[in-house]
Amino acid sequence: MLLVILEHDRGELVEAAREALTFGRTLAAKMNTSVEAALVGSDGDALAAAAAEFGAETVHTCTHDVLSDYGPDAFGAVVAQMVEALAPDAVLASGSDRGNEVMAHVAARLDAPFVANCTDVTPGDTWAMTRVQWGGSLLEDTTLEADLPLLTCGLHSVVAEAGGAQEPDLEEFDAELDASHAVTVVKDRVVQEAGVTLPTAPVVVGGGRGVGSETGFEPLEDLAALLGGRVGCSRAVTNLGWRPHSDQVGQTGTRIAPEIYIASGISGAIQHWVGAMASKHILAINTDREANMVVKADWAVIADLHEVIPAIIEEIKRRRG
Amino acid sequence: MMKILVCVKRVPAPGSKINVTDDGMDVDAAHLGFTTSPHEECGVEGAIQLKEEHGGEVTVLTLGSGDAEEQLRYAASVGADHGVLVQTDGAPWDPQRTAAAIAAAIEALEADGAFDLILFGNESADAGGFQVGIRVAHALGRPIVQGIKGIEISDESVTARREIDGGFEVYELPRPCVLGVKEGLNLPRYPTMKGRLASKKLEIQSLDATAETGGQRRVRLHRPVEQVSETVILGEGPEAASAVVDVLEELGVL
Ligand SMILES: Cc1cc2nc3c(=O)[nH]c(=O)nc-3n(C[C@H](O)[C@H](O)[C@H](O)COP(=O)(O)OP(=O)(O)OC[C@H]3O[C@@H](n4cnc5c(N)ncnc54)[C@H](O)[C@@H]3O)c2cc1C
Ligand SMILES: Nc1ncnc2c1ncn2[C@@H]1O[C@H](COP(=O)(O)O)[C@@H](O)[C@H]1O
Repeated sequence: MLLVILEHDRGELVEAAREALTFGRTLAAKMNTSVEAALVGSDGDALAAAAAEFGAETVHTCTHDVLSDYGPDAFGAVVAQMVEALAPDAVLASGSDRGNEVMAHVAARLDAPFVANCTDVTPGDTWAMTRVQWGGSLLEDTTLEADLPLLTCGLHSVVAEAGGAQEPDLEEFDAELDASHAVTVVKDRVVQEAGVTLPTAPVVVGGGRGVGSETGFEPLEDLAALLGGRVGCSRAVTNLGWRPHSDQVGQTGTRIAPEIYIASGISGAIQHWVGAMASKHILAINTDREANMVVKADWAVIADLHEVIPAIIEEIKRRRG
Repeated sequence: MMKILVCVKRVPAPGSKINVTDDGMDVDAAHLGFTTSPHEECGVEGAIQLKEEHGGEVTVLTLGSGDAEEQLRYAASVGADHGVLVQTDGAPWDPQRTAAAIAAAIEALEADGAFDLILFGNESADAGGFQVGIRVAHALGRPIVQGIKGIEISDESVTARREIDGGFEVYELPRPCVLGVKEGLNLPRYPTMKGRLASKKLEIQSLDATAETGGQRRVRLHRPVEQVSETVILGEGPEAASAVVDVLEELGVL
């Protein structure tokens, strides 16, 4: 049996959980085994049907006082206990922040190897997998010798697809938890931002070192506002203190996926590119025709962004009348 | 006195793309500079800020070849007090082995008192195993939370903030504890001239790395297949604005 750990938030399965089940169905077929799912924490029962829709034959739920909110150690302890009780052939979660965190706790508790962010997995006496390195700039083929493979699948390495729908068998799991597991449970939650956020913005206007200064971002702000989008930036810009890190796009920043990314004064270093590559379209504005961002873009303007961006704003205003 | 440890990894700093050596076993760093993983650089800065606020000492530890001294000296140039090199032959180690060797080194360093706080990066920039800090925390029997972008410390506890979509979660951990931090925790300072000079004199403590290999073994590194598209040049000056707005109109984002 392949046990898939499902992440859920405020009463819903997250997209990454549906991806993990989709990834898990393919993997279980290669292993010649079945897919079962684990839903840790409250709301588990309500989500069993959603899990079944994506192929879980049995859904193991686990509720407990300590599990009232997310806590990496408690969640890891529950999964480790499930592993001991249910003896799966492998365990899979999604390569989200929480998925990777919980699986690392499981691995530490069981002293078993854990391979994060796999994009392709071949089971066998020795397992083989391809996994993400450098935030997606590079892939690594590895082998795995393990009694119990613990894996996460890289975010968006598959498109979530329903399949194998049926009535799920619901099994309640009794975990042994105490106050020591509650040490790292979320104490408080603060909601800061309403409206369009960088990861969900339909348009991102990005600025790099070429913008030249903090105030140089004003026209980029104006353009983003006109298009109902957000401003993004490169790490060079955050390091210079021109923009907050929350605006940074890339490996150690935010991954964006807008309809169009307007990247101005950004050279397109690989660590920036991996955060921008999910954009549906890219328009580069750069004085250097050979810049990586220009080479990879769909469209480019080879010019000084300080002249081009105000002209674009003028043109939009003119057409809107 | 508060004692803080930061674990940092030396990684190459590639430009527009990452090249792989002919045997596929490593990043081709022949023409590259090296740096500290960005998350961990913020860990070092965070530790120094806590020291400035509360007093104490900051130790920076790295596991790798002798070359990784460069990253320890850099940390000293921005204010770290001690550097520890857990020396290997430089070949990439699997995460279980790395964690076991780091945990053993920390136990040795703690002979004269535990670190109040140990900082890791959320994930290393190159391998991205998402686990070394968590394994070490379990080996030491201390709580850990990942993804931290805010730290406050009091006599008994550590308050840590973790970013989630549109806000943040707050955790409260007892001391001693471990945190996996992310870039954005702070804006790392640059070394001063004085710091640079002091860092040259840093005495680096060298420890032997001994740990069994784990179950994961590298076969080869390779670049993902990329779709190459022709770039359409819309113009070479502000007069391209009209063509740009045509594109925006076509995409329906206007
Ligand atoms: C482990 C690691 C992780 C990293 N993570 C990230 C990350 O998450 N995000 C990120 O962005 N970077 C990241 N980096 C840094 C990355 O390698 C680059 O250093 C950075 O992206 C460069 O930023 P830039 O393009 O703004 O600056 P530069 O590379 O200096 O490029 C500036 C560009 O602006 C153009 N330009 C200059 N003036 C003008 C003008 N007037 N008009 C138009 N164009 C102009 C130039 O031709 C050039 O192409 C990371 C690095 C490492 C080692
Ligand atoms: N060779 C190393 N030396 C020191 N610290 C390391 C090393 N490898 C990993 N770490 C630490 O462990 C964190 C997580 O690494 P990883 O599990 O590889 O993603 C990193 O951000 C570092 O803080």
